[in-house]
Amino acid sequence: MAIVVKRPKLRWWEQLYLPGIAKGLVVTGRHFINTLTGRKKVTMQYPEEKWDANLPEHYRGAPALVTDEQQRERCVACQLCEFICPPRAITIKPEEIPSDDKWAKVEKRPGSFDIDMIRCIYCGMCEEVCPEQAIFLRKDYAITGTSRDEMVHDKKKLYEIGGVREGLVNKWNDLK
Amino acid sequence: MDWYFLTASTIKIIMFAFMMILPLVAMSVWAERRVSAAIQDRVGPNRVGPFGLLQAVADGIKFLLKEDFTPNHVRKGYYWLAPALTMVPSLLTCAVIPFGSNVLGEKMVIADLDVGPLFIFAIASLTVYGIVLAGWASNSKYPFLGGVRSTSQMISYEICLGLSIVPLIMIFGELNLGRIVQYQAENGWAILPLWGEGLTLKGLLLAIPVFISFIIFTTSMFAETNRLPFDLPECETELVAGYHTEYSSMKFALFFLGEYAAMIIGSGLAVTLFLGGWSLPFGWLTPEEGEKVGIFTGLIHIGVFFAKVIGFILFFIWIRWSLPRFRYDQLMRLGWVFFFEIALANVILTALILWLVK
Repeated sequence: MAIVVKRPKLRWWEQLYLPGIAKGLVVTGRHFINTLTGRKKVTMQYPEEKWDANLPEHYRGAPALVTDEQQRERCVACQLCEFICPPRAITIKPEEIPSDDKWAKVEKRPGSFDIDMIRCIYCGMCEEVCPEQAIFLRKDYAITGTSRDEMVHDKKKLYEIGGVREGLVNKWNDLK
Repeated sequence: MDWYFLTASTIKIIMFAFMMILPLVAMSVWAERRVSAAIQDRVGPNRVGPFGLLQAVADGIKFLLKEDFTPNHVRKGYYWLAPALTMVPSLLTCAVIPFGSNVLGEKMVIADLDVGPLFIFAIASLTVYGIVLAGWASNSKYPFLGGVRSTSQMISYEICLGLSIVPLIMIFGELNLGRIVQYQAENGWAILPLWGEGLTLKGLLLAIPVFISFIIFTTSMFAETNRLPFDLPECETELVAGYHTEYSSMKFALFFLGEYAAMIIGSGLAVTLFLGGWSLPFGWLTPEEGEKVGIFTGLIHIGVFFAKVIGFILFFIWIRWSLPRFRYDQLMRLGWVFFFEIALANVILTALILWLVK
């Protein structure tokens, strides 16, 4: 069924368009005054004002590695994150833990662990797939660098961002 | 050769055209961006200098440093000529606009011509050549369409522009802009005749045709300066950037600044004709014809003129973000069917009032 759109018949003063223009000017003028006096504020001046305090718990920022409460690196270099990573941002070189090490029973650890932050899409798949809960997406979002090399987070940098995460998986504890 | 005259003129040209109009052009670009931002609930450029006031300087440096690229398919000579042809007439027209009463006994107008408005219309209509040449020489379809649109639009609205000030000239009986302002200072501004001889039955009656004139003049001014809602020659949504699509760097900047210069001169003319130029309301600080005023009063008059011009520019920007762009046939209809006739009728109405009411 066809819809009949009502076309209102304009009165003569409406056909002059001047009242309409005046009305429009009032609307835009009100926006102008409100923004000028700061009564209405939409924009956040980014580098000075930040929203960090309001970031939600589930915010997905830069991925980072964490150690457990005994300073052991949680990552066992299983490379699952490397394989699941959609943009292939993660490169892991596993290495064996020497037998005289305190954590020799863990057997493997990452020799090097690089995440190319130019490639990373912050999808969080690495966090999801990690059986050891060793990699987490933190709330850092301003990842900057002046060269491509600088944008690759190596192991040291990743632990620096990640820090210590207590609890969670305890299967490598001393007690066991 | 009169050395005093030459020196005074040079100083006035430097002071007015280069020290006031050009900075005002830069500032109005800044104001355009900040005011548009505020109207749209944004912030606008606020990083360069206090309140982003140095944004214009940054823009200028950017324009100077950009590659000045000339495409292979353009007609070189005309292509190079066009930007200058848009900028120069806009600056030439400021010669006859009185921007103050007098300072140190020197009239604050570069050329005290007795045919002020005619001179402005004659020179300002040259702007269209710049746009047409730009559209034609660019040798590509969007600039061409922009140029064609601009030609027809400017020709149509020039007629309304000229006709709309005929009633004013009839009322003032004068074509010298300086004396027109003097008359308004003594007898009430053209659209606000609230003091002097303006406050008689005749004066108040004459305010009606003057008001109609003002609306036609302002609207035509928008069309002449290619501002929204009449910016059909360069409407981004249809023609990329219209006539200056093929231009880059400083040549584009000349088009850009030429538009703003035309806007300022248009505002200056509107202020001079309708809003009493440099005069304060109610005859305050108004000198007698030819009377010398103190340097302080003279400076106040210059300040008043520029305050009014800035107000008018803000109105230009305000309108830009309030009204949508006209369709092309609507634009032509408005110009030829409505404004032309109304302007003609307005002339007759003014004549009748002048004739019947004593």
